[in-house]
Formats: sequence, structure tokens, C-alpha cells
Amino acid sequence: MKSFISKRALASGVSLIGLVVLVFFLSRLTGDPTDLYLPLDASTEMRDQFRQMHGFNDPLIVQFGRYVADLARLDFGQSLRQARPAMDVVLEAFGWTFWLAVITMSCVTLAAIVIGSLAAFRVGGIFDRIATFFSLIGAAAPDFWLAIVAIVIFAVKLHWLPTSGTGTPWHWILPVSVLFIRPFGLILQVVRGSMIGVLSSAYVKTARAKGVRTPVIIFVHGLRNAMLPVITVIGDQAAAILNGAVVVETVFGFPGIGKLMIDSILLRDFAVVLAVIMVSALAIFIMNLLIDLAYALLDPRIRY
Amino acid sequence: MAEHLLEVRDLSVEFHTAAGTVKAVQDVSWHLDRGETLAILGESGSGKSVSASAIMNLIDMPPGRITSGTILFNGRDMLAMSAEERRAINGARIAMIFQDPLAHLNPVYTVGWQITEMMTTHGAPREEARTRALDLMKRVGIPRPELAMNKYPFQFSGGQRQRLMIAMALACKPDILIADEPTTALDVTVQAQVLELLGELQDETGMGLLLITHDLGVVAEIADRVVVMNSGCIVESGNAAEVYRNPQHPYTKKLIDAAPGKGEMPDEQERKGEPLLSAIGLHKTYGAFHALKGVDIAIMPGETVAVVGESGSGKSTLARAILRLDDPNSGQVLYRGRDLLAMSPRELFGLRRDLQMVFQDPTQSLNPRMTVFQLISEAWAIHPGILPRARWKERVAELLVKVGLKPDMAARYPHQFSGGQRQRIAIARALAMEPKLIVCDEAVSALDVSIQAQVIALLDGLRREFGLSYLFIAHDLPVVRDFADRVVVMKDGEIVEEGPVRQIFDAPAHPYTRALLAASLDPDPEIQAARRAARNLEEGLEIA
Repeated sequence: MKSFISKRALASGVSLIGLVVLVFFLSRLTGDPTDLYLPLDASTEMRDQFRQMHGFNDPLIVQFGRYVADLARLDFGQSLRQARPAMDVVLEAFGWTFWLAVITMSCVTLAAIVIGSLAAFRVGGIFDRIATFFSLIGAAAPDFWLAIVAIVIFAVKLHWLPTSGTGTPWHWILPVSVLFIRPFGLILQVVRGSMIGVLSSAYVKTARAKGVRTPVIIFVHGLRNAMLPVITVIGDQAAAILNGAVVVETVFGFPGIGKLMIDSILLRDFAVVLAVIMVSALAIFIMNLLIDLAYALLDPRIRY
Repeated sequence: MAEHLLEVRDLSVEFHTAAGTVKAVQDVSWHLDRGETLAILGESGSGKSVSASAIMNLIDMPPGRITSGTILFNGRDMLAMSAEERRAINGARIAMIFQDPLAHLNPVYTVGWQITEMMTTHGAPREEARTRALDLMKRVGIPRPELAMNKYPFQFSGGQRQRLMIAMALACKPDILIADEPTTALDVTVQAQVLELLGELQDETGMGLLLITHDLGVVAEIADRVVVMNSGCIVESGNAAEVYRNPQHPYTKKLIDAAPGKGEMPDEQERKGEPLLSAIGLHKTYGAFHALKGVDIAIMPGETVAVVGESGSGKSTLARAILRLDDPNSGQVLYRGRDLLAMSPRELFGLRRDLQMVFQDPTQSLNPRMTVFQLISEAWAIHPGILPRARWKERVAELLVKVGLKPDMAARYPHQFSGGQRQRIAIARALAMEPKLIVCDEAVSALDVSIQAQVIALLDGLRREFGLSYLFIAHDLPVVRDFADRVVVMKDGEIVEEGPVRQIFDAPAHPYTRALLAASLDPDPEIQAARRAARNLEEGLEIA
């Protein structure tokens, strides 16, 4: 187990290094941030001074060497835009996105498992048809459109909920609801498909021959077996939100990592871009590790 | 009319499928009394399992529908009971075990949990259920029950898993145990142990045993009465010994005649000259598992060498190693004096056409998206020069006729054929290469006995016609007795005995060979009764 985790950590570390190198040089290709930060009428001297101060005059390789040296001291550089340590900026935003992902995926998982399992129990029944119909619509609906429509209806017309920002629990309802829909549709379909297979399996037949009650057959005998493929998709969808629900966060002005990423790229805030990438890469690594551990927890045949 | 423990009267069940309505069973009637064993005997598709599924309420409706009949359990019609009443009977009063215990045990829960659940489902307190589960596991012969309780199904052997299924089924002391092909997936020696255990438990509890099987030997070993089914109807029923000795219906006669192991064994052939193929000192390991521990084997031209052994003996690994489907770790495989293992891929490619294989399950070994024509002619596309393209059609037709099919079947897909027909297609595909040697890995094990007899006859005819050699991997001794010239007995990756078929069957030297032969069931109930008596006497003497 320990060796499995360290092997995985090593492999992820190598790809993280590659990613940092790649992003460092590619982002520099977009140009010099100086012009974006100084006023239009700033003098050449001022511009030179700005460049000098942030080291943009040095050759790229020197800049890179300095960055790596700082990294070794766990210094991720300064945010140009906010003039404070880039990692502080990123961790603050990550906190928001983290809770957004946790709340959304908890709701999605619970709803998709219960509804998907019941749909699978009577395939082709009325409940199954309704669930499948709505889940397919959900899986297909574009989230930027949903977000805007939701704002128009619930915030602008009905005045039930705030349009954007954070502050109260009410602010969470629209972003979570919009983010909920697509993974819910997808995961419901996976649960349903997996459960249909499991419920026609030989061991479910045994359970029926034992006289086990139907809810126990579905949620005890069936569910644990059906969860294996579902977990993969849940992890994948959670990672997608952690990686930045860019569109939804932007539309709702939600101060998460997706919005931070977009803003930093537009303003060539390189240190922040790199810090975002490292944090989300780490989050995804931990996410995948958790999925693997969940597999082993659910299925005794899997051991690392 | 006297009341029976369980009585099925005029039961008809149909299934509605896209292809139309299938009448699975029609007007089936039988009964079972306390303490007796009734066998329902039939081939695949005969409907032998359907009445048991109806009793256990396991028929999915739709697509299934019970169109007529009653099932009386202690005089009450089960089909008129509520779902909850039937659920309370399942497991508690009527329990069931199945063919493949690995698939029928839940893979993600411990066996202790699963056995305990049988009792808690029917109202037993958890602690009491646990204690009884331990007793049951001890009774069915699971070593160290306290440890075994917390293990998962995959951590047991096939025989142990079936013992665990039996322990679970008997947990609530049911009045009836239904066993659906309980030993079909097991090795012969394990089969004998499981059947013996079932018999003992029946004596102890006085339960009625309903046995569903395709195997005349199993019927002969434990059934009191037998019901023979064909195409959803009962064709004959009565006392098991009576039916075997004096079958009335032509189908029963055919079934009994098809049972392998009664033919004349060939005389010993003198083996001289160069063997067609020989393996010397083959070793193969999978991780820490030593599958082949230095195996030597030789096949002469025109000879059929059978390799018999139980699961895990290494017989399939041997077949794969000889064809280099899996490279052995060390050793030599000489084909006409040249070492296959030392050959370059190009040289080996040239020889592939001489060495062909027929696998156990034709459903899996034939690509479902290719027509029969494509399946057979593919070999000629891979090995150009055997046959010009213009003659493919004609040759495929010839081959199909040769294996007993019709030329116009070439355009069809594998799913449009029965299991036996599919195996014929697989044989035709092997023949397309005009091979010198065909390796048959359990090639007839998945087939019904009557089909099995036909396929064996086909292989035998081809051997005479083309002078083919066969390496015939099998676990079923009667089939080997009918077909092989020589027999090689394997156990744990080693050859324990080898010799002409007559010698192996009439005068086995190694204790393991003797054990295999003793465990192999004879279809004649009287012979089995005599063997049982002899066994009991031996045990009695041991105790004394």
C-alpha cells in the first residue's frame, strides 16, 4: 500500500515538473505583462524600471532558474496583480472552489445513486423513463446557458436569490444547482447502467433465492458492486470542478480557482498561473489516489 | 390423493422475446416427498431449470409468464401467495444452490456475512446466526471456520465455495433443497465429495432434494427418481434405476446411448519412428505459481494423445506452451525435429498452418461480427499460397459439408448457430489450414452429451481421413476413453502417469489416476450403488 502510494506520488511528481516547465515557457510566449500594468502614458524609463524590478529583462533561462530556486524554498513568487504571495492568492480561491466541489458532488452522488438504482430496478418502467429523460437533458445542457437562464429567472425576475458573489448561504444555491445538472445526468446514467448489470447477476439471483428484501438487494447486495465504475466518473467530475468551473464561476462572479485562472491568464500574472496549476495538479493527484483507495475499500479483490 | 411436500401440476411457462414467444415448459407435473431425491434430467434448452425458477419466484415477469398450473407446497398453492409470503419461504423453507458458486456468491461481502444474512433475513438474532454459521461451516468441511468467516468468496477453491453455498442454503434448516447443476463446474474428485456431502446432509435433515442436471452419472449417484425433459416437456419419469435399465421414450434411449465411455478402446499401437511433435522439459511459471514443472510429451503422426487432469493441473498451459501462444520459461518443443521455441517469428509463421487449435467455448472463440465464410477463409488471407482466392467459396462449402453443416450456412453469423454447430465451425476453421496437428482444449466439454458424441465422431472421422494427430485436453474421462490412443495424466504441473488408453483405464498405476477413475461417475445407477456400497464398507473397515 505504502509503496503503491509512493510510486504514484513519484510518477505524479515527474509529470508535475514537466507541466511547470511547459507552462512557464508557454505563458512567457504570450508577451510581456508590463504594458498591461502600467498606464498608457507611462514613460519608457518607468517601463524599464518595472521590467527590471520583476526581472523580465533577463534571458528566459535565467528567469526560469530564479523561479526554480525560489520554488525550492517554497516561494511561489508574487502576484503582479495583487502584490502579495501568489500561493496565498491561489489557496484563498482554492478554498472557495473546494467547498463548491464538495457540496455539489455530495448532492450529485446521493441523488444519482438513489434515482439511478431505482430506475435500474424496473428498466423501462415509468420511473426509469422519466429519470432517463431528464438525465439526458441534464447531461446535454450547456452550463453557461443554464447559468444565465437561472440568473434571469431566480435573481432578476423572481428576486429569490442573489445574482452573483458570495456572502450568504443563498449565494451558493445557483452555482451549486447549475454545476449539479451535468454530472448528475452523467452519473445517473452510469449508476443505472452499472446497476442493471449487477441486478441481473448471479449473486443477486442467490439473494432473491435467500428471500432477501428488495431494498436490501438493491442497496446492499447491488450497490456496492455497482459503485466501482461509478466512482471513477464521480472522481473525474469532481476533478473537473476542482480544476476550475471556469464558466460557472465567471458567470456567478464566484471567487474560485477557475475565475482566478482566467483573470491571471488575461493579465499575464505568471506566478499565479503557475501556482494555480500546481495546486490543481496536486488536488487531482489526491483525488485519483482517493478513487484508487475507494476501489480497494469497496472491492476486497483489489489490493495494492 | 396423498399430499406431497412439493407438487408441481400442469405448469406452463412462456417467455416473450423479440423473436416471438418461447414455450419454456409445457404442462409439467412432478412431485417431491420428504427425504427423497428427485432429479430433473435434460440437455440445454430442455426447460429443466424453469420449474425450479418458478418455485423460487425467480422468473422475471415480463418477459416470462406462467400460463397455467399450480405449485403446491405442503398443500398450498405458491402461485396464489403474496410476494411477501413467497419471500418468507425462499431460503427458510425452500433453499437453492447453483452451478457456478463463484458467480453466485456476492464478491464484495465475506462468506460469514452472507451465511449469517440467510438467518437474520428470516428473523434470527445476529449472534445466534453467527454461532450457527460457524457450526455449518465446520459441518460442510471448511477448515478453520473462525478465520474463514472473514474471508471473501474469491479466497476459496471451487469445491469450498460450493460447500459454502450448501452451508448457506441449509442455514434455516429448509424442507427442500433445490440444486441446479451443483457439481457441473467442479472437478470430478471434488464433485464426488460434494455429492457425498449432499447425501449425508439429506440423511441428517430429512429434506427433499430436487436435483437439476444434464449428467446421467450424477443421477445414477444420488437420485431416487428421475424426470427426463426435452424441449419443455417431460418425456419420461420413474425410478432412476428403472429408467436407466428400461428407457421407454426414444429420447431417453438416445440420451443413455450417447453417454460416453462405453466404446471399445483401441489396441496399443507400436510407436516407432520420429514423433510429429514432442515437448521436452517444459517449464512455465506465472509469478510464484509453477504451472509446468518439466513436462515431456510426444505425439506420433496420426495419434491422439489425451491430457487429463483437474483444474490447475497445467493441462491448458501445456497446450498453449506447445503452440507458443504462451512462451514457456524453458524447455524444447520439437516439431519434426525443429525447435519451435528457438524459431524466429517468420519461421514460426510458416509452421503455424500445420498446428491448429480448437478452443472450449466456440461462442468466445468465433468473432461474432464475422460470417462463417469470413471466419474460415481468413486463414487463407493470412497465409497466402494455400489457396487462390477464386477457390475460397468452393472450399468453404466443402469444409462445411465435411463437418456436417450445409454450404449455404457460409453467409450466416455465429450467433445463428447452436453450440454444437459453432464448435463444428471452429473445427472447419482449423481444417482450412490443412494442419498436421489439432490441439483441442476441452473442445467438447461445453456441449450437451448427444452433441458431444457427434463432435467426437466427427473428429474421429477426420483423423482417419486426413491422418491428423490430436492433442486432446480434457477433464472428462469417459470421453477420453472413447477417443484417445494414449493418455497423459497431469497433476500440479507434472505428469504422474502416461500410457496407452487401455493400460490407463484397465490398470492405472498411480494413486491419483486411480482416484480420478474412482471419482468418475458411471451412468448406470446399479454400478454407482455398488461402488457406494464398496466405499461405505471400506470406511466401515477403517473405523473398525
